[in-house]
Amino acid sequence: MIAKQVNQKAWFMVLPVFLIVAFSAVIPLMTVVNYSVQDTFGNNVFFWVGFDWFRDLIHSERFHQAFLRQLLFSGIILAIEVPLGIAIALTMPKKGWGVPLCLVNMALPLLIPWNVVGTIWQIFGRVDIGLLGHTLAALGIDYNYTQDPIAAWLTVIVMDIWHWTSLVVLLCYAGLCSIPDAYYQAARIDGASRWAIFRYIQLPKMHRVLLIAILLRFMDSFMIYTEPFVVTGGGPGNSTTFLSIDLVKLAIGQFDLGNAAAMSLVYFLIILLCSWIFYTVMSNVGEESSPKGGA
Amino acid sequence: MRLKWLVPVIYIFFLLLPIYWLVNMSLKTNEEILSVFSLWPQNLTFDNYRVIFTDKSWYSGYINSMIYVSINVVISVTFALPAAYAFSRYSFVGDKHLFFWLLTNRMAPPAVFALPFFQLYSSIGLFDSHIAVALAHCLFNLPLAVWILEGFMSGIPKEIDETAFVDGYSWPRFFVKIFIPNIASGIGVTAFFCFMFSWVELLLARTLTSVNAKPISAIMTRTVSASGLDWGVLAAAGALTILPGALVIWFVRNHIAKGFALGRV
Amino acid sequence: MASITLKDVAHSYRGESQNPADFALKKLNLTWRDGGAYALLGPSGCGKTTLLNIISGLLIPTRGQVLFKDQDVTRLPTEQRNIAQIFQFPVIYDTMTVFENLAFPLKNRGRTSKEIEPRVIELAKMLGLEKDLYGKAQHLTADAKQKISLGRGLIRKSVNAILFDEPLTVIDPQLKWQLRSQLKFLHKKFKFTMIYVTHDQTEALTFADEVIVMYGGAIVQIGTPEALFERPEHTFVGYFIGSPGMNILPCALKGNKAMIDGIEISLNQSYTPPSTGKIELGIRPEHLRLEEPGRDGLPVKVLKIDDIGRHKIARVALNTCQLNVIMPEMTTLTGDMGTLVIDTDHANIYLDEHLVTGETL
Repeated sequence: MIAKQVNQKAWFMVLPVFLIVAFSAVIPLMTVVNYSVQDTFGNNVFFWVGFDWFRDLIHSERFHQAFLRQLLFSGIILAIEVPLGIAIALTMPKKGWGVPLCLVNMALPLLIPWNVVGTIWQIFGRVDIGLLGHTLAALGIDYNYTQDPIAAWLTVIVMDIWHWTSLVVLLCYAGLCSIPDAYYQAARIDGASRWAIFRYIQLPKMHRVLLIAILLRFMDSFMIYTEPFVVTGGGPGNSTTFLSIDLVKLAIGQFDLGNAAAMSLVYFLIILLCSWIFYTVMSNVGEESSPKGGA
Repeated sequence: MRLKWLVPVIYIFFLLLPIYWLVNMSLKTNEEILSVFSLWPQNLTFDNYRVIFTDKSWYSGYINSMIYVSINVVISVTFALPAAYAFSRYSFVGDKHLFFWLLTNRMAPPAVFALPFFQLYSSIGLFDSHIAVALAHCLFNLPLAVWILEGFMSGIPKEIDETAFVDGYSWPRFFVKIFIPNIASGIGVTAFFCFMFSWVELLLARTLTSVNAKPISAIMTRTVSASGLDWGVLAAAGALTILPGALVIWFVRNHIAKGFALGRV
Repeated sequence: MASITLKDVAHSYRGESQNPADFALKKLNLTWRDGGAYALLGPSGCGKTTLLNIISGLLIPTRGQVLFKDQDVTRLPTEQRNIAQIFQFPVIYDTMTVFENLAFPLKNRGRTSKEIEPRVIELAKMLGLEKDLYGKAQHLTADAKQKISLGRGLIRKSVNAILFDEPLTVIDPQLKWQLRSQLKFLHKKFKFTMIYVTHDQTEALTFADEVIVMYGGAIVQIGTPEALFERPEHTFVGYFIGSPGMNILPCALKGNKAMIDGIEISLNQSYTPPSTGKIELGIRPEHLRLEEPGRDGLPVKVLKIDDIGRHKIARVALNTCQLNVIMPEMTTLTGDMGTLVIDTDHANIYLDEHLVTGETL
């Protein structure tokens, strides 16, 4: 790395950003910390309860289940979206009129407000008026996402694939486009099979973007709230109540502030840990791919 | 390998099918939606759209969304520019920690912040204003903007700065006249992603607004929870929220691949 | 191993066309002898990479045939042609070790590891890569990476030809020389046919038995480095080869006299003046001499003198024409006037940019 110039005045350039983000991040977080160690009987009278809320949370069956559901959900969508995204990126055209067509169409779901994504799938899956629900019913398949937990899970997963696979595709596609033609030519000369080209050229060159895709998808799916909430409302029962949905139910639905605050902090710490891993891995990958310092 | 093109075609078909269904429904009357199952409207009608464009409680939602998204994009890009420059060019006390801390906010679950935000903005009297939503969205968009811009700026050789200073440019003049034109496509990509994340977010936007600044997506949820809802109008409102995104993608389609290539989303 | 013949080959990137301007490579016939070292020299965009890709099979020519020995390989895919190619930027497989990189072409052809291992080790020794053999190829320097690419070609014994597409572009100048001599040594040892594309004349001239100069999608001259220097068949060759290039001066002909800007120069060949076309006289700066004013020769005005180390280059004006003259390092010149002496043995006459020969007197 070329050594950067040391200049403490640079803080002044960062200061506005620091202040705005701090205003939006630190003050609310303090509120949360405050709530997490107090209890109230209403009327804004609070008293100190120490770490009781955290103790409750750690032993809470409800939290455990929401956490497990969350992990299962993130695991499933990663296992589907990443290979699918790679496969689609590999088959996308590299030049010609097909490129903007693919890019624009594929980016489209990413720019739909999340609750509209939920609405689209809510309508699409309904047995009475939705194309998917109606077709499945016509085929004699018993499908009702408002009553059957498995159907609800399937709907939420297919919806997430529909919504977010494009992100993986676009990232991988960008990685693939950066491979110079010479690599493919050399591989042909070396007599490499299609699989060998993928294994030894394309996959290593996608390494970086793929990592980003996996981590982003993991974290975003870990925070998912709006889309499943609109479709299933966390139900049937609690079957699709993921961490965020549970949290909002606690905080705004039941106004159970102490519990919600403790949960927020634990939740936030999990995310923080993920961010740290993400950041470390990213910086290491950056250095590995540019041994001489130039990117 | 002859059939390779089929994969993206099938995928795009899968992507467009639910959207088509939404548009299809928006062009039907409510009676038709509930009584006949048809792949395309039997009695084509634009009444649903007419409702949205004539009823203030509907169309003001679009205006509100547009206002706070625009404010957010402007704030994010303007403040992120000097900050990203500082991160890409200088080293200063705590720079790495600050950068990491900014990034963690990109990863922060909005659900955690919903309630405290509500209290914070209520207490300073900004509740139900556009600026409140725009500021709240800065929580994740500002770090994102700094991150993307820093990537683009690091790709610009330092010699450009040095040459300009030798030529007697002051820093602000250099930044506006020379540096910004150099990273124009980076700014475009950044604005695109800021627009995207502000436009699609609902939880915070809904929590911080009640009437005056309520976003269109929140108005839609209200309709969903009401009984005997008007599916046609709901579909039309949904279809209209897709439009701004589609337009924006169309304008940046040639830069989007580059933005993703940096891998900083 | 085999000779390579190009028969009426032409290529247009827009497919078959009647418009000659569409052809990036104009019709050409050429034979490359087995085991020869050839250089393809020309500026960027002259069609040399197109020609290379036609030989390697990455492109199928719009017209004509490619023969390896007597076999028509025009439509044969790259992997069956038994050629190797070294690219401008080192192409290595990042995740593999140096050993795996070198073994890759053999592995793809289904050889056993018992067969592969001794060959890889032997080759690595020859290339000077044995030290890093089991390390990741990704972390090596550019020149080592380029050696690996070369090694992947050499590892296949039966390789017909090795094609080099400006392979030294990214190599540090001081290592270029070293790599070049190593390549020369390997060529002698393995006797592969070598086709070397470059825009650097020094590289081309030191490497090749024969240099093919291309310009505007066509071959303008094929010859030994000496022939290219002494008797360029096209003004482009004269201008492109040599430093500085040949002086090209518009002139008129009258028997064995050339008239440049009203000044008469005697030639030692006699030409019949053509009725149409542009006539030019070409003379290399090496074949001009600048002497004190008043001597026997043409009076010229000296515009400037550059000292480039081994010798000096003088820029002189003969009426309105300007010429470069190479002078020995030690010569000094007083005043801004001089006398130009032309070595007429080495003066060439060009009609519409092509060399014409006259009758020797």
